[in-house]
Amino acid sequence: MTLLAKYARHPGDPQILSRGPSSLGVWDRLARGLGYFSLALGAAELLAPRRFTRALGLTGFEPMIRAYGVREIGTGLITLSTEKTTGIWGRVLGDALDMATLAAAVHPQNRRRGNAKIALAAVIGVAALDALVAAGLTANHRRPMKPPRSYRDRSGYPRGLSASRGVARSRAIAPDMRANPLAPDQRSAASTSAVAGPRL
Amino acid sequence: MKALVWHGKEDIRCDRVSDPGIEHPRDAIIKVTSCAICGSDLHLFHNLVPGMLPGDVMGHETMGEVVEVGSGVNGKLKRGDRVVIPFTIFCGDCDQCRRGNYSVCETTNRNKDLAAKMFGRPTAGLFGYTHLTGGYPGGQAEYLRVPFADTTHIKVPDHLPDEELLFLSDILPTGWQAAVQCDIQPDDTVAIWGCGPVGQMAIRSAILLGARQVIAIDRLPERLEMAEAGGAITIDFSTESVIERLDDLTDGKGPEKCIDCIGMESHVSLSQPDTIYDRAKQMFMLESDRPHVLREMIYVCRPAGVISIAGVYAGLSDKVPIGLAMNKGLTFRMGQTHVNRWTDDLLKRIADREIDPSFVITHTVDLEDGPEMYNVFRNKQDGCVKVVLKPGA
Repeated sequence: MTLLAKYARHPGDPQILSRGPSSLGVWDRLARGLGYFSLALGAAELLAPRRFTRALGLTGFEPMIRAYGVREIGTGLITLSTEKTTGIWGRVLGDALDMATLAAAVHPQNRRRGNAKIALAAVIGVAALDALVAAGLTANHRRPMKPPRSYRDRSGYPRGLSASRGVARSRAIAPDMRANPLAPDQRSAASTSAVAGPRL
Repeated sequence: MKALVWHGKEDIRCDRVSDPGIEHPRDAIIKVTSCAICGSDLHLFHNLVPGMLPGDVMGHETMGEVVEVGSGVNGKLKRGDRVVIPFTIFCGDCDQCRRGNYSVCETTNRNKDLAAKMFGRPTAGLFGYTHLTGGYPGGQAEYLRVPFADTTHIKVPDHLPDEELLFLSDILPTGWQAAVQCDIQPDDTVAIWGCGPVGQMAIRSAILLGARQVIAIDRLPERLEMAEAGGAITIDFSTESVIERLDDLTDGKGPEKCIDCIGMESHVSLSQPDTIYDRAKQMFMLESDRPHVLREMIYVCRPAGVISIAGVYAGLSDKVPIGLAMNKGLTFRMGQTHVNRWTDDLLKRIADREIDPSFVITHTVDLEDGPEMYNVFRNKQDGCVKVVLKPGA
């Protein structure tokens, strides 16, 4: 995009000489990273579920892995949108589901339980990061319960409200700003003709 | 110079950029004394309006002092003049300008082909508002190049402070036009959705224009309080039914005039399922706008009433009940503001103490603090309603 911008911009327009600090905070950047991670993982689960089921000893559960992939892509897209807090909390819920699934795979009959344990540990780590980012974003976007100041005295009318009502009423309205086909001085005439006119 | 620069979604930075210079005889350069963050800047902050590119300078509410003029300005501006810059750039010569329709000037959009592809026909150039409207660098900066400066300016007197004049650039005439195009009659009820800066100006405009009753709808207590101070009856949509309250206040007939000061980013709430539907579609780029307010206005407006749209919409809206509007015979008025069409009158009203638009300012900060203030304004924290930035403070 930056390269495209360079060619699309008119030659005299200001060019960046040095960059200042961004409005994006640490939590926003982490959320963005987790959003892209969600998309990548989701795409892998959707396109190659057998690789996951084989590695984790969950053969036969491919449709479930695909469904998890769709979930990952969904939360990834939400995380990359302006509703990133919702997206990250969605990821936290998804992590809980992943952990439950992997915990169920860690049983003595599963020959791949070692892989399942590693995957479970990884998911726990990511879940902790998700929860941290979710809490950080929630705190950043929180509004205080009570308004911090009163705007009760901000009328905007130096002469006072009652003295200001209708002071611009007499201004001439340009014909193209007339929205009401019945201008006030025509109303009585219009209603009289309506009574006399044909009835539908 | 320093300027607030768009780098991507939610990524605004106070960068050091090259100074603007005269590029055309009709140009002028102004040294910015005050500028503001507009609610519609948040649509760009959220990357919901197509056509932004990394490196674009933000801002379309600007005033300052003329420091350089081109040879074609023909004495209409001179060095040292104090000016407010309207957000719509207009030539003054084309067919639309001659009719006073400055926001659809046929000359000033320097990306006409792109705009025609998006809108069918090009509209005017705007400062700091995407490459669809010319890609002109904005005024959240220390200096601004003003193209077509001989027409695109509002000269203002020295005795009034910046805070009272700055909003002639956008939100005051926008609220005013929204009310004027309703053709308000003395017995009208005017309902206004959104108590942000434009909504506040629309409330005051409707009162000045003599509406019998003005009703303001929002959910933020500080904004509702400010609306009440301006003479509006308020409805908190997070705790009460908008339709029921409007019915109560209008004997079940609905308001004659409805003004949308929200636009494409209406609040998403579990109690309004259509807002969740819109947000999901917007997120997956299946819809550009969230038109909940538009739907509600069409539903609740009195038959033969007027819908006036001041809030910005970007492109495609879904499930807009046009059948209701047709059967009820509603009139729709909308558009970007023809700023200079109203500013002589509004400047006189400010000077005559009929209105003081500075009531809306809640935060005044240095330009360098702009990126952080985008977050505060977006998150509606610290009672933020309107942010004014002071370059070089």
